Amino acid sequence: MSNAITLENVTVAYRRHPALHHLSGAFASGSLSAVVGPNGAGKSSLLNAITGAVPLSGGRITLAPELRETVAYLPQRSAIDRQFPLRVDELVQLGAWRQSGAFRGVTRALREAAAEALARVGLEGFGARLIGELSAGQFQRLLFARLLLQDARLILLDEPFNAVDERTVRDMLMLVQRWHGEGRTVIAVLHDLAQVRAHFPQALLLAREPIAWGETRTVLGADNLGRARMLSMAWDEAAPMCGRAA
Amino acid sequence: MSVSMTGMFDLAVGPFIEFGFMRRALVACLALALCSGPMGVLLVLRRMSLVGDAMAHALLPGAAVGFMFAGFSLGAMSAGSFVAAMLVALGAGAVVRLTPQREDASFAAFYLIALAAGVMIISLHGSSVDLMHVLFGAILAVDDAALLLVACVASVVLAVLALIYRPLVVECCDPEFLRALGGRGGLYHLLFLGLLVATLVSGFQALGTLMGVGLMMLPAVSARFWARSVGGMASVAALMAFVSGYAGLLGSYYADLPSGPAIVLVAGGFYLFSLVLGRHEGILGSRMRRHLHKES
Repeated sequence: MSNAITLENVTVAYRRHPALHHLSGAFASGSLSAVVGPNGAGKSSLLNAITGAVPLSGGRITLAPELRETVAYLPQRSAIDRQFPLRVDELVQLGAWRQSGAFRGVTRALREAAAEALARVGLEGFGARLIGELSAGQFQRLLFARLLLQDARLILLDEPFNAVDERTVRDMLMLVQRWHGEGRTVIAVLHDLAQVRAHFPQALLLAREPIAWGETRTVLGADNLGRARMLSMAWDEAAPMCGRAA
Repeated sequence: MSVSMTGMFDLAVGPFIEFGFMRRALVACLALALCSGPMGVLLVLRRMSLVGDAMAHALLPGAAVGFMFAGFSLGAMSAGSFVAAMLVALGAGAVVRLTPQREDASFAAFYLIALAAGVMIISLHGSSVDLMHVLFGAILAVDDAALLLVACVASVVLAVLALIYRPLVVECCDPEFLRALGGRGGLYHLLFLGLLVATLVSGFQALGTLMGVGLMMLPAVSARFWARSVGGMASVAALMAFVSGYAGLLGSYYADLPSGPAIVLVAGGFYLFSLVLGRHEGILGSRMRRHLHKES
């Protein structure tokens, strides 16, 4: 199988302290992977590095050419201003940015696709509401509807199920499974190990350094998890500069 | 029409029929209201309510330098103030990009420098009457050239605003999304600041740098109490700004009040009214409807 994302010796540092330290490996095309690890393990940094939102301190990330234009990213604690007077359908329609862009009109077909995406996440008829009127779970459903419309080959989810009710989690996991079935590459940062074991065939266990990467069953073994906990080390102001080749 | 109706009509419209300067002032108010309303709404939504104020102060040194070189020439003063305010905007923007300083802090720093420089230049080269004129404008002295400038700027601002509306709204409510798509949020932000400066400059002859912000912000803040969509708020704000202009002009005509503050005070009255009785989240307005709810 070809690789969707290849990471070569990737390091991301904030004020010279590594959040992600010498990570090499690959996400296979069409794979469904979970990224797990303790707090501050560099999970979000990894996604941000893939989208290009944070600069790399070293190494290289290569996206398969067919993916470059079609990356969908759901950030953690979405930075959306929920008080903004935007309607639910307007937010979903933004998912079609690649078609409508900054200036082109919103076509009827696009409007229909947006309504269909809303229906698929269980928000039928919510189009005319303001985004501020939705509950946390409904809002997360809304963001998934936008992801649906983005129709991306690579989907990055950063803690998509935080503070979301169980039923929403179940519904959204079904969408994730369907994306996987459609051959899309999905990478999700998650905390719930039981969820990862049940739904994600591949896992990457991070603690700034990669601890284990591969089949979820093997990666989430007791010894690996113990090592990850140990390695989620303290921020050491006096730490020497890393000597490993970049 | 009854006598009293005719009397009312004369009171409400008479001054504008009789005097050219009142007509020009009214048209200037209309043009300013049309672009200030939407601009103000976007400023509020972008949580930049005070940036408008900062930018207005930043016009001052530019206007003063224009005054120094060309006397009381609208063109020179407008060009000068546009350049000065854009320098402040770019300076503050650069600080935000190069350091962890927040935008409001850097705007505050830059506009205070600009304001002090402006006051210094004016007091060295002009009289305090000129200073008052720059700060508070003279809408009754708007001539045809000034009116043309206001109308042109208003048209351009509205057209550009309509063009960049979508990225502007997205950049404001979901910046990460735009960034992930490779949209150039920074560019639209800069364009928006340019429109803001243009609007303020166009209002400066009529209302002065300080009162112009009043006509921009007060209706915009009030609009949120009456409308729920961005478009609705922009329309309400523009309408309120125009009615403020009209009522303020009438008030200043009959009561012999300075027109700029009169206009802004009417807008202030609208704000207080909306605050208390506004349909959406007004203090009393929403209380009165609290017991109303739908079946589903």
